[in-house]
Amino acid sequence: MTMTWWQNLPLFLILCPLMCAAICSALKGKAARIVIAALSALECAGMGVLLYYTAKGNESFVYAMGEIGAPFGNELRIGPLEALTGLGFSLVLFTAILGGWHRLTKDVAPNRMNLYGSVTCLLTSAMAAMVFTNDLFTAYVFIEISTIASCALIGASNKGKTLFSAARYMIMNLMGSGLFLLGLSMLYCLTGHLLFPQLGAAVRDLLEGERYSIPLYMSFLLMTLGVAIKSALYPFHTWLPDAYGNATATSSAVLSSMVSKLYIFLLIKIFLRAAGWEVFARRIEDVLLLYAAAGMVMGSVHAIRQKHLTRMVAYSSVAQIGYIFLGISLGTEAGMAAAVYHILAHSAAKAMLFLSANRLREASGDEDTFAALRGSALRAPLAGLAFTVGACSLVGIPGLGGFTSKLYLASAGVEAGGLRMAIVLAALAVSTLLNVAYMLRSVLTIYRKKEETDQSILCKDRLFAVA
Amino acid sequence: MEKLIYEHLDEVTALVLFGVGFTLLLVDKNLIKKIIGFSMMDSGIYLFLASYGYIESRLAPIYVNGNTNPDAYVNPLPAGLVLTGIVVGVSVTAVMLGLTVRLYQRYRTLDMDEIAERIRGEGK
Repeated sequence: MTMTWWQNLPLFLILCPLMCAAICSALKGKAARIVIAALSALECAGMGVLLYYTAKGNESFVYAMGEIGAPFGNELRIGPLEALTGLGFSLVLFTAILGGWHRLTKDVAPNRMNLYGSVTCLLTSAMAAMVFTNDLFTAYVFIEISTIASCALIGASNKGKTLFSAARYMIMNLMGSGLFLLGLSMLYCLTGHLLFPQLGAAVRDLLEGERYSIPLYMSFLLMTLGVAIKSALYPFHTWLPDAYGNATATSSAVLSSMVSKLYIFLLIKIFLRAAGWEVFARRIEDVLLLYAAAGMVMGSVHAIRQKHLTRMVAYSSVAQIGYIFLGISLGTEAGMAAAVYHILAHSAAKAMLFLSANRLREASGDEDTFAALRGSALRAPLAGLAFTVGACSLVGIPGLGGFTSKLYLASAGVEAGGLRMAIVLAALAVSTLLNVAYMLRSVLTIYRKKEETDQSILCKDRLFAVA
Repeated sequence: MEKLIYEHLDEVTALVLFGVGFTLLLVDKNLIKKIIGFSMMDSGIYLFLASYGYIESRLAPIYVNGNTNPDAYVNPLPAGLVLTGIVVGVSVTAVMLGLTVRLYQRYRTLDMDEIAERIRGEGK
């Protein structure tokens, strides 16, 4: 088999961050920061090249590690879908590192900066590996690597609050990965394969012969549950607000827009390549659909009740994760496409929101209650604009990413028909209304002048009216 | 039912271990007990995998005495998975223990609820 030069890129994109992680730990803080910025730029470039070549021929290729063939070796599989998602995630990473640059120096002690760089590199590597891998167990190993790395990212600022949220994050995530590992082991014992294509063939065989169907459903259910916990689907979201709300801006942007979406992307890959999701007679999907719809509504309700901007943005993540799972739970191709699109749209919007919220907070004396944030957009106009655009995208103003993904979701729901359509459309409508309520409130707040001046103007107006 | 349990003693033990560990991790307030729970949960899965990898009367997959018949050996992959799993588990436990030490140094307690309480007190 002859290979072109760009087909070696995926492995390079996984190994290079690992090497950078080792180098970073030996560097000084400032140099480490430059290394991670350069690294994420490199990832963007690599993913871009991959996307260009795979999309040009609309083809995918398999990279067999060490040239050991299919049933024994370890493989990477890269198609336009993987390249596009990878590009989206690396762009988010790049923006998050640059956008949180200033904040990072404040929150992370200078002598720990190199370690922060090191775990960011590990996370980058885990991102590339999970996007590209074609092997279930490799995926598990990198899930754990990204769990450890994100725990370090949350606890980076070494305050009591962040340490505690890191511990809670870790505990919930360990449960998630434990369930994932159990499901994986059961699946391996049933089929004897770990590579997605072989696994898929074995699963189809078992289902056609109607053998072991209950253990098979169980194993997929366990994996789905594990991913749901790790990506904070509604009833399992308890770790999320503290973790995202207390961490430094770069960390919360990276965690919310990259790490949690990575797990969902992996789940989509499993369903797409290994499980053949239409075979599942809607056993898992119906449960997922209800959780997702509940998440869309409840996440927004919680977001409305928050008094802090970052916590509100964090809670809105819960609602948005609900959207993504809603797409998956429809169990159709259109639903899957909507889910992937929403992963990308939401990644971009959420990173923007966290970073601009951070800037607004800096412009308001390091307070992020809504009362303190009044008029902050006038003090930091660019951040205010970015926040408004991100908020509009989440609400779904036409022309922005959020609108398109909602449109896709709705049309996928209509295609599914019946009760599912009713649930999807109702959840979309209610959630969008709630979104408007809290996003509009925050946008209005950041553009409004301080309270005192506000009231005095009001008084003058009234006086005029009286006069 | 009893027969089923006896025939699949390994799997039943593995799942009981997993269940006990998972419950500890979920319910217990003590951080150290949570970590113990995590270790038990992982051990359950390793036992599950290892018991599938073991076939009676077959040899470990190491080439000896010129026996080239592949049916004489077990598949080495499950053992490899267990080893990888153990490495992952050890590093996760190390991170958790590190966090616990930090939290203990700061708050002098291992109780999650109490730590949450003290953090709330700090904020005021």
